[in-house]
Amino acid sequence: MRLPCPICGDRDRREFYYQGSAVALSRPAPDADAAVWENYVHLRENQPGDLDELWSHDAGCGAWLVVTRNTVTHAISGAKLASEAAR
Amino acid sequence: MGFDRLTKGFSGLRVLKEGLTGNKGWTPHWRDPEPKPEYDIIIIGGGGHGLATAHYLASQHGITNVAVLEKGYLGGGNVGRNTTIVRANYMLPGNSEFYSHSLKLWEGLEQDLNYNVMHSQRGIINLFHSDGQRDAFARRGNQMIAQGDDAILLDREGVQRELPYLDFDQTRFPIYGGLYHKRGGTARHDAVAWGFARGADSRGVDLIQQCEVTGIDIENGAVRGVQTTRGPIRAKKIGMVAAGRSSQVAAMAGMRLPIESHILQAFVTEGLKPCIDHVITYGMGHFYISQSDKGGLVFGGDLDMYSSYASRGNLPTAEHVVEAAMTLMPVIGKARMLRSWGGIMDMTPDGSPVIDRTHIDGLYVNCGWCYGGFKATPASGHTFAHLLATDTPHPVAKALRLDRFRTGRGILDEEASGSQHNLH
Repeated sequence: MRLPCPICGDRDRREFYYQGSAVALSRPAPDADAAVWENYVHLRENQPGDLDELWSHDAGCGAWLVVTRNTVTHAISGAKLASEAAR
Repeated sequence: MGFDRLTKGFSGLRVLKEGLTGNKGWTPHWRDPEPKPEYDIIIIGGGGHGLATAHYLASQHGITNVAVLEKGYLGGGNVGRNTTIVRANYMLPGNSEFYSHSLKLWEGLEQDLNYNVMHSQRGIINLFHSDGQRDAFARRGNQMIAQGDDAILLDREGVQRELPYLDFDQTRFPIYGGLYHKRGGTARHDAVAWGFARGADSRGVDLIQQCEVTGIDIENGAVRGVQTTRGPIRAKKIGMVAAGRSSQVAAMAGMRLPIESHILQAFVTEGLKPCIDHVITYGMGHFYISQSDKGGLVFGGDLDMYSSYASRGNLPTAEHVVEAAMTLMPVIGKARMLRSWGGIMDMTPDGSPVIDRTHIDGLYVNCGWCYGGFKATPASGHTFAHLLATDTPHPVAKALRLDRFRTGRGILDEEASGSQHNLH
């Protein structure tokens, strides 16, 4: 599997570290209640199909990416810098 | 009893009798019933854990108006595609008594089921490669003994006596010793599913294959039944036992679970003469191995490490596993790999399972077995049946709560890596 890094181009999966579903981009407020934090930290949709997820290009440019990948076919339909996605 | 075993069930006498009379007396292991309009309990998922649940509901609690609904065929998921290891070497209270209970059930399983699951207590040796790792394994061994199970800390010479074919002087990771769990071993995975299926069916449970659940009916906060590809079926209680597909089933009840589905690969070589007598795990890379009764070397490693429902693995993980194999036992390089496959694992944030009620009346969940569900099969079924029948958790499964991820109390993080997805 190759991931399309917006900075480096198509790169092998081995160059990336996986952080899972891109929930970190919508972190709850510190004083949100336990159910909201549980939802953020532990609960996942986890359905087959397209998933927005966070990958770090550790062995490349070091950028955090938001990659949209199909969890059944591994087809990738988009990748952007997390710094831009978070805006 | 002796006469019974001549005419039904399995025994040496029966094999002899059938052999002498043309093997014409054998019958199918289970019926193929049409679904009834209503059951007391519906189990969603005809894998090892679902079938075990049905068996124990019938045999321990006398509840036989039960259906197991399976979208494919019985035992066609992870119970039919795993590395078959059975052990009780967990450390944390909450896990250790559960797996200890499971191993005891394994030890009586063939008599209970009248079925040869080829349970083989050949022993598991977890290798360690540093002083720090020895300390950690000594601690784990003491915890196992405190739980009432067995563990022996082997030094290097002790491992050499048992496993002379390993490369003990690898440049980077020489073998310091191993933790030997003699009651651990393997079992024939398909036979476990078939044995539980036969046990449940013979007591009146309906095993309904090619029947996919497409909806869960909920009224006023309580379950009423399910919609399936073979029509609606009413039920007073529903148990969700869908392993890697748990999140999809739970979504039908409007629930999100603390689960990400990941792929775990395994590999088998061509059949060889007996050469590996134990289950061996490498301590400095992701690799473990045993030899099946058919002769194939069965081995595996770690997850592919990203969410996947693909049922097939990636090359980087396969490479890592094979590199670790060649480091530990160069002799394996002579064997030709026959096949590899990937199963969908229901990974929880803390790496431990869930057997619990849900917030919906009559809806129960059994999930989160990560990459270790096979050895748990008897205890998972036994304790889930107890919960479904009595509405109280079984004493050895009471720590496997769903709400531990909300409260933070009772997180069962065996690897001490933190309760967070992608760390186990």
